[in-house]
Amino acid sequence: MSKIGVFICHCGENISATVDCEKVAAEAGKMDGVEFATDYKYMCSDPGQTLIKNAIKEKGLTGVVVGACSPRMHEPTFRKACAEAGLNPYLCEMSNLREHCSWVHEKNEQTTEKAIDLVKMLVEKVKKNKPLNAIKVPITKKALVIGGGIAGIQAALDIANAGQQVIMVEKEPSIGGHMSQLSETFPTLDCSQCILTPRMVEVAQHPNITLYTYAELEHLDGFIGNFKATIRLKAKSVDYKLCTGCGLCTTKCPSKKIPSEFNEGLGMRTAIYTPFPQAVPNKPVIDRANCTYYQKGKCKVCEKVCPTGAIQYDLPDQFITEDIGAVVIATGFNVLKTDFFPEYGYGKYADVLTGLQFERLASASGPTLGEIRRPSDGKVPKKIVFIACSGSRDPAKGIPYCSKICCMYTAKHAMLYQHKVHDGESYVFYMDIRAGGKNYEEFVRRAIEDDGVNYIRGRVARIYEKDGKYIVKGADTLLGSKPVEIEADMVVLATAGVSNPGAEELAQKMHVSYDAYKFFAEAHPKLKPVETNTAGIFLCGACQAPKDIPETVGMASGAAAKVIGLFSNNELTREPLIAVVNRSAPPVFSTCVGCFMCQTACPYNAIEREEIKGRDGSVIKTVAKVNPGLCQGCGTCVAFCRSKAIDMQGFSNEQMFAEVMALLNE
Amino acid sequence: MKKLGFYPGCSLKGSSSEYAQSVLAVAKAFDIELEEINDWNCCGATAAHNMNKELALSLSTRILALAEKQGFEEVVVPCAACYNRLTVTQHELNKDEALKQRVSDIIEMPISGNLQILNVMQLIDKYVADRLEQKVTTPFGHKVACYYGCLLVRPHNILKFDRLEDPQSMDILMKRSGAEPIEWGFKTECCGAGFSVSRTDVVAKLSGNIVKDAADRGAEAIIVACPMCQSNLDMRRPQINEYLKQKINISVIYITQAIGLAVGLSPKEVGLQKHFVPVKIG
Repeated sequence: MSKIGVFICHCGENISATVDCEKVAAEAGKMDGVEFATDYKYMCSDPGQTLIKNAIKEKGLTGVVVGACSPRMHEPTFRKACAEAGLNPYLCEMSNLREHCSWVHEKNEQTTEKAIDLVKMLVEKVKKNKPLNAIKVPITKKALVIGGGIAGIQAALDIANAGQQVIMVEKEPSIGGHMSQLSETFPTLDCSQCILTPRMVEVAQHPNITLYTYAELEHLDGFIGNFKATIRLKAKSVDYKLCTGCGLCTTKCPSKKIPSEFNEGLGMRTAIYTPFPQAVPNKPVIDRANCTYYQKGKCKVCEKVCPTGAIQYDLPDQFITEDIGAVVIATGFNVLKTDFFPEYGYGKYADVLTGLQFERLASASGPTLGEIRRPSDGKVPKKIVFIACSGSRDPAKGIPYCSKICCMYTAKHAMLYQHKVHDGESYVFYMDIRAGGKNYEEFVRRAIEDDGVNYIRGRVARIYEKDGKYIVKGADTLLGSKPVEIEADMVVLATAGVSNPGAEELAQKMHVSYDAYKFFAEAHPKLKPVETNTAGIFLCGACQAPKDIPETVGMASGAAAKVIGLFSNNELTREPLIAVVNRSAPPVFSTCVGCFMCQTACPYNAIEREEIKGRDGSVIKTVAKVNPGLCQGCGTCVAFCRSKAIDMQGFSNEQMFAEVMALLNE
Repeated sequence: MKKLGFYPGCSLKGSSSEYAQSVLAVAKAFDIELEEINDWNCCGATAAHNMNKELALSLSTRILALAEKQGFEEVVVPCAACYNRLTVTQHELNKDEALKQRVSDIIEMPISGNLQILNVMQLIDKYVADRLEQKVTTPFGHKVACYYGCLLVRPHNILKFDRLEDPQSMDILMKRSGAEPIEWGFKTECCGAGFSVSRTDVVAKLSGNIVKDAADRGAEAIIVACPMCQSNLDMRRPQINEYLKQKINISVIYITQAIGLAVGLSPKEVGLQKHFVPVKIG
């Protein structure tokens, strides 16, 4: 015989303003199986919780229904209170009288009637609740960090400094990411490499970090605390154990005309190369697609000149598997290339550059050693036009979002140019200046007021070349959209930040959601900004959306904190509200017929096959089994199961029917 | 060779009869049979769709319906504005079944909406691309500025023809006819269009910038595929020259005239004598 306690909360005025809470409590008291019912102004407060605890102890309650706010808000609170009073926490249910009733209706009879119905449903449900126990899962204390840019570096160092093992996977031959390409960084104008390279070295030398460069994640199986990662180590064609990084091979390689990715195509590299002088690891790889030997079977110059015999042409891709407890995705972003812009010449003009290309021009380690010169003829440009929002905030281009970093780096570019070319003129076409951040607005004002950068509010409709100049046609909207034409020597497009190619594939490999623009999606934009919907997989940096360095570093530390927090336990406690495939006595064993529709339906890969064997070891039946570590309790498999063999703990078919019937049997 | 429908539209019957003449002459030279759509009407041009959407759609739809009735699968529409109107209309109808029915009721004819509508570049691309170079007898050995105007490639997502800015199709055809197309900045700029009558000063300025850029870059002719562009750049030359304060005598010829000359047709056969700015090419 059930003894249910019903506790109706006024939520200050949130519920009591439209619902007659006393009446709800009185009606609940008359319901079948209800032992005790009361109402209180703030049920979640200490006295409110004490009220529940005392009732459990004094009346010997077998179930509790709290009619209050959303279970999202306070279910853990009330379940904890029940547990403290000796009642299994899963025998406590919440009826949402606030979001589902008082907040969405006017004050009248029907609103109170609805509240009574909602309570009644939960009373009927809770009668069928079973005591459940939290699930314990072991944890492998090793983190996988995907991406070796500033986000990955920061996350890896934080986790490693907390004494945990880290595996870092970077697809390029060196770590460093986009930050290593930058010249100076806003708003302090300190040199990007100077602040980054020490950290890159720290990663390489850290005893707790295993670094795999030129490697990609191939597979990820398993679940929080117990992932299995397969990593593809792309063939470097160089034995890193023998290579000393002397660089002789890269100076002698005859294929010298390959556009350098690190210099954004403005400089050339060889087929055997290290991306840049400060690379970590500072050892070369052979780019097989551009190597004469791999393409034509002749050359082998690098093998001849290598003093340690480190060149090995026939090295294959290797695969390694690692047990992992948590994953941090830090794969970063990319910027649109100039060929995305028909109105700016489809990328055919040599001196129409992207912001990232300009960074390389302005960088001391760049193709011009930091002198601003035109790629086409090497002349110093006397007039530069910068175009902010190139592609961003333009629904017609399919990029409605703001890329966030461009306003600041455009101001920085114009400033750097004025610092380097004193008689130069710079113009910035902008839509708005978005300089929200510490010392950011001041930085932009400095560019305008101290360095004399001309800011024009308006968009550029066209760029075409004439007599070696670029005619930039736009409008000045602050002068009533007066047409503006500027004859520029160089144009820099602050192109939109976009997701990395391959981000989609990676997300699918890891069962992480991503948005319409192929950026990874966080679990909650405000309250879970570094978590994904898959437990144990975290995010940070520009793979979520374009971000500047401070924000990236902050979120990388945030993701690291989450990982360290996870690793601070020896085992993991999880809610037992998961799917279970029933088991029964022989000869049936389970009503599961082994069709495995549930396996195809499960978004979390949580369903496994289990063989039920006889005494002689022969397989009698193959049935589905839910992995409790992976199941997120979404219930999709329950809906798919044709033989009703799967049930959801805490939301069993029986409980759901009880709720519905409570409504119908008025 | 199957018969293709031919929709000349009003301008090819009037002020730009040399366009029609050269289109038909070039088609004949390549054994393409073009048959005019019977009882055709005006496509509605700019006026109709600025006044009344249903009227604009009905005018264009009637042409499409007539072409379907005559059994054509493809219709050649040389005028850029007609090409634009017919293509956009068919797109709008196919997007909205109820609208299609409504327009069909207005014109009292059935319409299926699966015609292939070709402009001159598409026609040549589809039917003579592989034979063009062998056919060239007198290569058009001049520097030319290919001028597409505003309507030939816009709206891009409906027409799906060529590139939005800096299109290439005309340049490629001219190159294959032996000409040397130049890089320039006014390929898809507006010539002033219908302001030709009401605000000649605006046309003088807009067309003037186009003509000047082409001439400055050493083009010997501007190649067009739109009667409106041709008349503004050619017939309004006195006003243009007045605006530019210099005399520019670069000729403005249709792509079919240029190709016609290249494959050995005489200047008269392609109607070169009908231009206001004398053509000293050929």
